[in-house]
Amino acid sequence: MKILVPVKRVVDYNVKVRVKPDQTGVDLANVKMSMNPFCEIAVEEAIRMKEKGLAEEIVVISIGPAGAQETIRTALAMGADRGIHVTTDAAVEPLAVAKILEKVVGEEKPDIVLLGKQAIDDDTNATGQMLAALLGWPQGTFASKVEKADGSLKVTREVDGGLQTVAIALPAIVTTDLRLNEPRYASLPNIMKAKRKPIDAKTPEDYGVDLSPRLEVLKVAEPPKRQGGVKVESVSELVSKLKNEAGVL
Amino acid sequence: MSVLVIAEHDNKTLNEATRAAVTAAKKFGGDIHILVAGQDARAVADAAAKLDNVSKVMLAESEPLGHKMAEALESLVLSVAGSYDAILAPASTVGKNFMPRVAAKLDVMIISDITAVESADTFVRPIYAGNAMMTVKSSDKVKVITVRPTTFEKAGDGGSANVETISAPDAVATSSFVSEELSKSDRPELGAAKIVISGGRGMGNGENFSMLEKIADKLGAAVGASRAAVDAGFVPNDYQVGQTGKVVAPELYIAVGISGAIQHLAGMKDSKVIVAINKDEEAPIFSVADYGLVADLFKAVPELEEELGKAGY
Ligand SMILES: Cc1cc2nc3c(=O)[nH]c(=O)nc-3n(C[C@H](O)[C@H](O)[C@H](O)COP(=O)(O)OP(=O)(O)OC[C@H]3O[C@@H](n4cnc5c(N)ncnc54)[C@H](O)[C@@H]3O)c2cc1C
Repeated sequence: MKILVPVKRVVDYNVKVRVKPDQTGVDLANVKMSMNPFCEIAVEEAIRMKEKGLAEEIVVISIGPAGAQETIRTALAMGADRGIHVTTDAAVEPLAVAKILEKVVGEEKPDIVLLGKQAIDDDTNATGQMLAALLGWPQGTFASKVEKADGSLKVTREVDGGLQTVAIALPAIVTTDLRLNEPRYASLPNIMKAKRKPIDAKTPEDYGVDLSPRLEVLKVAEPPKRQGGVKVESVSELVSKLKNEAGVL
Repeated sequence: MSVLVIAEHDNKTLNEATRAAVTAAKKFGGDIHILVAGQDARAVADAAAKLDNVSKVMLAESEPLGHKMAEALESLVLSVAGSYDAILAPASTVGKNFMPRVAAKLDVMIISDITAVESADTFVRPIYAGNAMMTVKSSDKVKVITVRPTTFEKAGDGGSANVETISAPDAVATSSFVSEELSKSDRPELGAAKIVISGGRGMGNGENFSMLEKIADKLGAAVGASRAAVDAGFVPNDYQVGQTGKVVAPELYIAVGISGAIQHLAGMKDSKVIVAINKDEEAPIFSVADYGLVADLFKAVPELEEELGKAGY
């Protein structure tokens, strides 16, 4: 079995981003970048499947600026086999990403495409589902458990009411939720080894996909600021304030 | 202009999030139709028909639709999509699951989790865990949108639309429902509760959550949690409030033993009144709390239960 894992380079989850004063976006200058945490979970899951003998090859792909190569290297150091870097400085929307991935799937013919459920920068939560639709594949999104059966996967999904388990025939799309696994750190020897693993350099033109955005960003603004309030001294003061001042009890 | 809203429900009752989506739909002007996709979901369709401003309800029923299978929902929605300018669904785990499929098939970009409709083509949505609000203008022919339920008023009743039965698409062979494990609770649903009390890693273990449950039962509140509390196995995944869990905006949110990471704040900072109980006075949660109590929760929470009792709860 072959697994394709698309990964995204995003602002590190520990960074609190600032909106630019001219409201054209958020300030990304000198901000720490990392692999999207959900993508890390996807890479980890693919590696575990390989370690269990369920998969033979893991191909990692990232669509993004030059720096995305580092993200691919991180995945290779964790244990993926080779990378594909589709270089572009454009802000690529999930629809265009899905279209590029559709082409890549056509070339690579993976059995599973394993992705993060959402990227923590744009918070869209759509690429996996869009790719599934374009390919006409079934999907198991927000996965907290993935089990391989004959020709299919059993995916346990985190849903609003609890957990749902679905069976999906391969080839299929799986998107990861937080509880699927805890990603490993790459060891130093593996980081060194990853330097020699191949990364194919591609451009969006190679796939003939039109990247023009469908959503024009008119403005990016600060959310309404919340004022910190007061400290209360005791529980009885708290209850009295909630009752008499805030009127919520 | 006509807008299709996909109802959120559990095959028995219409979920309140649908009412929020109808309010968002109203902002487009024009006809509002509702699609109820489920199994034995007639009662849901009847409830949807009573919604204010709704002129038609379509009901499609099948086993895969009853389980909200994304593949089935995709084909159903595509079978009726042709006549609409916009298709809206609540940004629930159901909506997030199938709506991007619909968008991809229509060759349009999904507009996820909107918090405002500025006009029929311009919307506001949070990015970076709500640390920035992005206004986008869509050039697509059809707008495919998921709606953040907490930021729109709930549409009331007053309509009397017809319910029309439409045929469900054939089941897809490649995906099937296996089982589900739903949290059972007599407490209100997290997303719709007027009061939410959440616990974090500071709770120490799952048993200690019973302290919060007692208070929840006094106040008619829902119980939530931080990711750390869910990851540690204290409570099930559906308790998680935050950027990648549930977004809540109750009248009162009580955070107990939660530090206030940006990912948690993303899910609760639009609450009307926030209370934080934390023993660390430097905890970031205090910067958004209207009322902060620096205390050991194991002392403060039982006291809170007692004080509420004295106050008549
Ligand atoms: C991709 C990604 C997505 C995430 N999504 C979410 C999300 O949706 N929701 C979410 O909540 N988090 C999310 N997180 C995790 C988030 O970054 C934090 O790790 C998490 O919110 C911390 O939970 P916590 O506040 O319970 O734990 P901690 O940060 O460990 O805080 C525990 C708090 O309890 C206090 N405490 C301890 N003992 C006591 C006591 N006896 N009395 C009083 N106070 C006490 C401590 O002072 C501390 O402030 C996400 C992280 C990532 C990377």
